[in-house]
Amino acid sequence: MAFVEKKLPADAPVVDKALNWVDSRFPLTKLWNDQWGKYYAPKNFNFWYIFGSMAMLVLVIQIVTGIFLVMHYKPDATLAFASVEYIMRDVPWGWLVRYMHSTGASAFFIVVYLHMTRAFLYGSYRKPRELIWLFGFAIFLCLMAEAFFGYLLPWGQMSYWGAQVIVNLFGAIPFIGPDLSLWIRGDYVVSDATLNRFFSFHVIAIPLVLLGLVAAHLIALHEVGSNNPDGIEIKDNIGPDGHPVDGIPSHPYYTFHDIFGVTVFLTIFSAVVFFAPEMGGYFLEYNNFIPADSLKTPPHIAPTWYFTPFYSILRATTSEFLFVVQAGAVAYVALIWLTTKLPQMLKIAIAAIALIAIAGMMPGALDAKFWGVVLFGGSVMILALLPWLDVSPVKSIRYRPDWHKYVYIVFGIAFVTLGYLGVQAPSPAGERVSQVCAVIYFGFFMLMPWWSAMGTFKPVPKRVTFAAH
Amino acid sequence: MSIEKQVDSGRRGLLVATCAAGGVAGLATAGALVSTFQPSERAKAAGAPVEVDISSLKPGEMQTTEWRGKPVWILKRTPEMMDSLKKTEDKVADPKSEKPYTMDMPEYCDKQSRARKEHSDILIAVGICSHLGCSPISKFQEGIQPSLPDDWKGGFLCPCHGSTFDLAGRVYKNKPAPQNLDVPRHMFLSDTKIIIGKDEKGEA
Repeated sequence: MAFVEKKLPADAPVVDKALNWVDSRFPLTKLWNDQWGKYYAPKNFNFWYIFGSMAMLVLVIQIVTGIFLVMHYKPDATLAFASVEYIMRDVPWGWLVRYMHSTGASAFFIVVYLHMTRAFLYGSYRKPRELIWLFGFAIFLCLMAEAFFGYLLPWGQMSYWGAQVIVNLFGAIPFIGPDLSLWIRGDYVVSDATLNRFFSFHVIAIPLVLLGLVAAHLIALHEVGSNNPDGIEIKDNIGPDGHPVDGIPSHPYYTFHDIFGVTVFLTIFSAVVFFAPEMGGYFLEYNNFIPADSLKTPPHIAPTWYFTPFYSILRATTSEFLFVVQAGAVAYVALIWLTTKLPQMLKIAIAAIALIAIAGMMPGALDAKFWGVVLFGGSVMILALLPWLDVSPVKSIRYRPDWHKYVYIVFGIAFVTLGYLGVQAPSPAGERVSQVCAVIYFGFFMLMPWWSAMGTFKPVPKRVTFAAH
Repeated sequence: MSIEKQVDSGRRGLLVATCAAGGVAGLATAGALVSTFQPSERAKAAGAPVEVDISSLKPGEMQTTEWRGKPVWILKRTPEMMDSLKKTEDKVADPKSEKPYTMDMPEYCDKQSRARKEHSDILIAVGICSHLGCSPISKFQEGIQPSLPDDWKGGFLCPCHGSTFDLAGRVYKNKPAPQNLDVPRHMFLSDTKIIIGKDEKGEA
């Protein structure tokens, strides 16, 4: 096909001509319209819907501040700690860039946890948005990796011992574990080799993957369309103009909705950066202001707050707790056999896997450390299964039976409690509470195929609930 | 005319061979990249034995030295401390150190004191918890204190996940740490000079 360029009148503005020149060669206007300008989103979005664009803003903050930090930081075990202090004290405005980056890390997790809560409340992960959820889940994994690799870089006591603990998690895998953690560290202890490779992952490898996943997340979203607080498909009701009657173009409507969110966010973010960058030891742990010492673990070591719910599950897995897990596995297999119509082969396979796991948890078989790592990993990975675990006939919490709300509240409390206990020093009482919370955490997900379909559901409206304002 | 008839089997064969050769080269390159993650020759060479002077170490005191990048504790136990090991014998998970962590307990070490028989008061152990590699902290004081059982006999507490060890580095039952602390191969050059990472049989 011959190349045809649209002809504009000779007196058209220069800007229009320039855009036309580009559009004939690259789909600039089309991309803008498909992805945002003429992307029709449900008109009933509430404040829960600002966290997606806010996460994008934090990503930009992290990348930009990160670029400037790398200009002064030295990824060398003998120089790293001092170079961070150099940024803080001697580089003009370096403290601001560093505090923006460290606060941004925590802000990223706050925003992403709220963004995920929204998905939980309104069933945003349900068909046809499973892939959006999976891309989002992968982004969450990347963020955890970014945070973990980045935390080693200041080479403080918490950096060092945190990395030591997490790398040793891999050592719990039978047979290959010790060699695997040696391979990850590149040395017999966390050392300069480890610091250099973590630096490489933090500044280039993971960010590249992250950007690709963010693009995939957005492309998938704009392909199937956004969910909304009513959990109904606005594309089922198309108006005469070919657009959903309950949809409005993202620009200008949600542009301004989101900019309002951005101003609120930046107000809080700046307040933290300027007045409480350490956030009482939660955003920057006090022990990390001491240079790494391979001979002495700080008296109280805890991961940064965003990892602690999962970390508590790791810590709760003692050899006593394994008996609870074994009993749970037996009950779960019984439940599947008695109440589901799964194919016989699948039921047998599930029973076999459970049997192997139960045998592996017997005293003298694989130790509690290994199962702690399994439950720790499982507590994160189980999130990926959410679109297939939830089988309720409606998406949104608004039209679910009222008692479902209490299930979510109990789950929320258990998750926050796990997070709280994870930052505390280990204690016998805390161990018991975190074991109870771990059971609630897994029960919530694993029993979801049963409880999410139970109860009397409310009628779902044909149109979104919306009051003009 | 169907697509199949247009396929030139000679060229298809060459295509498959080219892809296979390219795949092998790609895998080999990936293998080289993966291998760069292994400890370097320099890291491997840095594991020499270390010599420690313990002439200033008093009974009940501990000193820490570095061997292979890890803390090695040298604890000179008092007679009371040695007695406590009899009381902890049935409270520890592996009293005879039959399940080693990263290295077997040297055969010249006593099962209970986990020290060389001729210097049974001196415990030499790698201060790295067998759970996730934190370095436990000394809790030599007996009795009631936070994070410890009320009948505490003195020992070590791992600050990360609360594993406890007795004064011979043996892990208590039902704790996250599965194994006792490592006892490295070592020998006494004199009563006050120890070499860690080397014994009569050579380097560990």
